[in-house]
Formats: sequence, structure tokens, C-alpha cells
Amino acid sequence: MSTPVLSKIEALEAKNLRTDLPEFRVGDTVAVHYQIVEGDKLRVQVFKGIVIKRHRAGARSTFTVRKVSFNVGVERTFMLHTPRVQKIEVISEGVVRRARLFYLRELRGKAARVRDVKDRNR
Amino acid sequence: MNTNPGIIGRKLGMTQLVAADGTVTPCTVIEARAIVVAKRTQEKDGYDALVLGLGDVSEKHVNRPVGGLFKKNQVTPKRHLRELRCSAEYAAKFELGQELALDELFEVGQFVDVQATSKGRGFTGVMRRHNFKGAVRSHGAHEYKRHGGSIGSNMTPGRVFKGKRMAGQSGNETVSVLNQKVAGVIAEDGLILVRGGTPGARGAIVTVRGAVKKKNGGRVASA
Repeated sequence: MSTPVLSKIEALEAKNLRTDLPEFRVGDTVAVHYQIVEGDKLRVQVFKGIVIKRHRAGARSTFTVRKVSFNVGVERTFMLHTPRVQKIEVISEGVVRRARLFYLRELRGKAARVRDVKDRNR
Repeated sequence: MNTNPGIIGRKLGMTQLVAADGTVTPCTVIEARAIVVAKRTQEKDGYDALVLGLGDVSEKHVNRPVGGLFKKNQVTPKRHLRELRCSAEYAAKFELGQELALDELFEVGQFVDVQATSKGRGFTGVMRRHNFKGAVRSHGAHEYKRHGGSIGSNMTPGRVFKGKRMAGQSGNETVSVLNQKVAGVIAEDGLILVRGGTPGARGAIVTVRGAVKKKNGGRVASA
């Protein structure tokens, strides 16, 4: 019973899925172009940081981006398939050994970096 | 009497609807492919109702009396049967064996009531069942952390009041959620999307009917 039950919901969600977004992974540095409502105007805001979490759940997938802004850590969770995400730029790919980079929250400055894929062999 | 007695369906689970502007609506997906199996009439049964059937079942799994009903009315045997009270005029609109068209019953934005058997939680304590606060964890408390406290007075009245909330079976009872909004109707797939949650586990049989506490069965005013 469980298989057809799931697929009907997935079929419903399928039309919301976006295929125009680049593939990116935890540890990558991305810039998210996100549409925000300011008063009665629409504006696109860019949020740039390290992807510390990806929640893969079909059309309900989300990802969390962390950046340090004026010495304050800021994390934002975006829905992946929402039309509010206009564009995702993958700025650099990181080398990480775990799926959730929550350890970055405890680290500051130089320690809170993720090794770039270009420097893998260094 | 309810102007929209509704339909029975199976809860498939929950998902999110994403609007073009990015607004997200949480909703429950209910598959409702019910057919009219029989009718109750004032002359014969003393009341008017539609008997709806849901989910096919092989003939050998239905007992004789119910199987005879299917045979008499020439409908395919159904696993789940529910009676929905309605007026005689309403019942006259449907024929035996007819599948109820969702887009005629419900419209987007309409208020509906959803009724189902809630998830059973077995014999549970008062904290889980009645949201009691329990006792303090510190200050030397021991062996009393999840208790409900006193259950009454002493000589006066000398008994525990009826209806005193105590531990016991929780869940697995009929629960109705009133005035839920319909978020979508997909008639060709037999799906209703109801905003928010509904009682019961995935696969539970739910009854969706027009809201009884709204005018016009909860329909959108302009319609």
C-alpha cells in the first residue's frame, strides 16, 4: 500500500520541481538570488555563504546557507523549488567530510573555513 | 440538514502547495473516489442517506448480507462503506454506482469539516493525554514527576467527581476538524487538498463534508 500512496503525492509535487537550478553540495559556497517583498515592492537580495545543510525531500527540499556578517553568524534556510529563488550561483566547491556542517557555528575566523576543491591536494 | 453531505476518502499524506509568488500552503491530500453503493429512503428506512463505498475488494472477502447488497444494486464490491445523511432531493441527484464528482461537491476556498479516527496512542498518562504539566523535576521531587496531582477533596464531597481527567486510552476515537479550507480539487485524479492537517494516520478513511457551522455549507459566498 505504501508505494502507490507515496507516488501520488510525488506526482502532485512533481510540477513544482525546478530543473533550472545548478547542482550543489554541502560545503559549497553559493550566492542565492532571493526575491523579497519590501513594502509593496519586489526586490532581489543576494545571500552568499556556505551551504551547511541540504534537506532532500523532493519538492519540499530545503537548504541552509551560513555566512558571517559583521561578526554575527547568519543562517538562512531556503526552499529549493520555490519561485522566490531566482538564481543560485555556485561560487566555489568545498571539500567536506560530513553532511551537516553545524560545527562551523562554534568556529570563528580562519578556523571556520571550508577547504576548496581546487586546493584538495595541498 | 447539511446541504453538502460530502464524500469519503483516504488520507494519503501531507504536502505543500507553492503559489506563483512563493507562498507555501501546507495541505493534506485526500483521495476520494467514492461511489454510491445504496440509498436509504424515508419510506423504507425512516431517513434519507447516501451509502458511499470506497476501495475495491474481491467478492470472496465480503460477507453474504453486504455482498447481496452489492449484487442487488449491481455495483462493484467496496471495502469501506459509510452512510451520509442528506435530504431526499439531494439523494435523488445521484444514481447507484455513480462516482461522486469532486469538482461538483467542493470548490477551492470552501470551508469543509473533516472527520476521521485519530491515531491511537494506547493507554497514556495524564501529561500526554490531557496536557497536564506534571510535577517539578527538582526540589527533591521523586517518583512523582509525571503524575497529575490531587484528584479531589477529603470528606466533602468524599468522592471523585465524574469526568475527572485521568490516565487512559488516548486517540483511536472519532475526531472532527471544523472549518478547514479547501486548497485544491483535482477531480481527474480524485484528490482533494485540505489546508492544514486532518485527523488520522496516512491511509485513514476520512469523511469530508461542507462546513456545518458556516452558511451555505461553507461554500464561497459568490458562488
